[in-house]
Amino acid sequence: MKTENQKAWFFVLPVLALVAFNALIPMMTVVNYSVQETFGDNVFFWQGLDWFQQILRSDRFHAALGRQFLFTFLILIIEVPLGIAIALSMPRKGFWVPVCLVLMALPMLIPWNVVGAMWNIFTLPDIGLLGYFLNHVLGISYDMTQNPIAAWVTIVTMDVWHWTSLVVLLSYAGLVSIPDAYYQAAKIDGASNWAVFRFIQLPKMKTVLTIAILLRFMDSFNIYTEPFVLTGGGPGNSTTLLSIDLVKIALGQFDLGPAAAMSLIYFAITLLVSWLFYTLMTKDDLN
Amino acid sequence: MQKRSIVPIVYILFLMLPIYWLVAMSFKTTNEILSGFSLFPQTFTLDNYATIFTDPSWYWGYINSIAYVSINTVISIAVALPAAYAFSRYRFLGDKQLFFWLLTNRMAPAAVFALPFFQLYSAVELFDTHLAVALAHCLFNIPLAVWILEGFMGGVPKELDETAFVDGYSFPRFFATIFIPSIKAGVGVAAFFCFMFSWVELLLAKTLTAVAAKPIAATMTKTASSAGYELGLLAAAGTLTIIPGAIVIWFVRNYIAKGFAMGRV
Repeated sequence: MKTENQKAWFFVLPVLALVAFNALIPMMTVVNYSVQETFGDNVFFWQGLDWFQQILRSDRFHAALGRQFLFTFLILIIEVPLGIAIALSMPRKGFWVPVCLVLMALPMLIPWNVVGAMWNIFTLPDIGLLGYFLNHVLGISYDMTQNPIAAWVTIVTMDVWHWTSLVVLLSYAGLVSIPDAYYQAAKIDGASNWAVFRFIQLPKMKTVLTIAILLRFMDSFNIYTEPFVLTGGGPGNSTTLLSIDLVKIALGQFDLGPAAAMSLIYFAITLLVSWLFYTLMTKDDLN
Repeated sequence: MQKRSIVPIVYILFLMLPIYWLVAMSFKTTNEILSGFSLFPQTFTLDNYATIFTDPSWYWGYINSIAYVSINTVISIAVALPAAYAFSRYRFLGDKQLFFWLLTNRMAPAAVFALPFFQLYSAVELFDTHLAVALAHCLFNIPLAVWILEGFMGGVPKELDETAFVDGYSFPRFFATIFIPSIKAGVGVAAFFCFMFSWVELLLAKTLTAVAAKPIAATMTKTASSAGYELGLLAAAGTLTIIPGAIVIWFVRNYIAKGFAMGRV
């Protein structure tokens, strides 16, 4: 049992101060921009909620939001089952465990623009390993600067390459925490592999999987650097995800008001979906 | 060798292919890269690396990145330790709301904050310093560190604290000499994640720096503009950004394996 102690606030104060400094002040700036119009020179005019209405009704925003949901849906549906499958087939102990973990974690430790640049040179049609292989060995016409489908396949593959290991590491951590006795009991009962997975392994992985899915949702929904470096949002607008569109409006066109309103809507959607995920996945624990 | 070990092997091969291509390209001359496809470097060269290690505008990028990442990791862990202790041991007014609010900061897209961050750090005259980037990265690293550490601390029985206080330990002495050593795996995992997310982030780091604290990842963009597209140089710089991460993960490899399982993470 935790004891009631209001002095615990003192322990939390440094964290609160640092995070509030970084979160509240910029957030207030964004809110401030979102209700005003500016023509530069720090002259602002009250705009009310016009920007919000404009963004919510704009086809451009709907299109970017749709692409964003499609991207996040695709990577979750691929990375989560794949990550679990890999974690299940990994060795539980011995020399190969740290080797596997280190090699698998490597992609996550590469700066995001390097990831983009790396996949760029990997997929160049005539001189990249993958591009050359697809075009000249398999004879499939592949050029992601021309073909939107190729661009989509490339950014999804890149994200699977980059982040599946996070799901693997977390699921693996859940798996190794299962005592051997559970497996022995299942063996005595003559349980099938599926039954072992469904009734022993999956429940034990639930907490870490919740974290993995939440982290993957938030990070893929906010993804910016890797697709920006790899495709620049193209060809056309086909891979312009929400963040890329936002930066185009904010820094490209310098429309601070609409960009700020879009930021807040974007943030609200992320928050809402995360909360839904969290509530759905922890529902059983509360009952 | 079991049949199922084929899955991790294939997966690791898939992970290594783009990395191999980056490394192979870093040993090629720009001419060779542009003249056609070759699986291995034909004219093996170290020129790309020589350029990076002799040109201050290149190698300072690495020093800058390592500087702000280290400062960030130290700050994040230092402030997250007492906070995580408070969350794991005490109930206090607004504790649950505060914890959730901390986590929401991971959900804000960095693109949203780029411009306001620039204005904020310019206003407090920290623009283009290592400290600015280190503090800005606290936004998403502190919540993560608190979250991970709280999980590990929950695994330490409360009797440990009570026994120590009965034995006459003061709180700071107990915390530093007994409690922290008992969750050192958690500290390792948290530090690893702080290092990782600060090392790989570019948008904020680039926004908050100009010259003096410019990160390596931002320096790399110059290969695209000056003297055409120097792919070899870009590949060499990219290869070098993998090394610090590889070193750090090698140090925490045993914590990662055991550590996750101990904590609720």
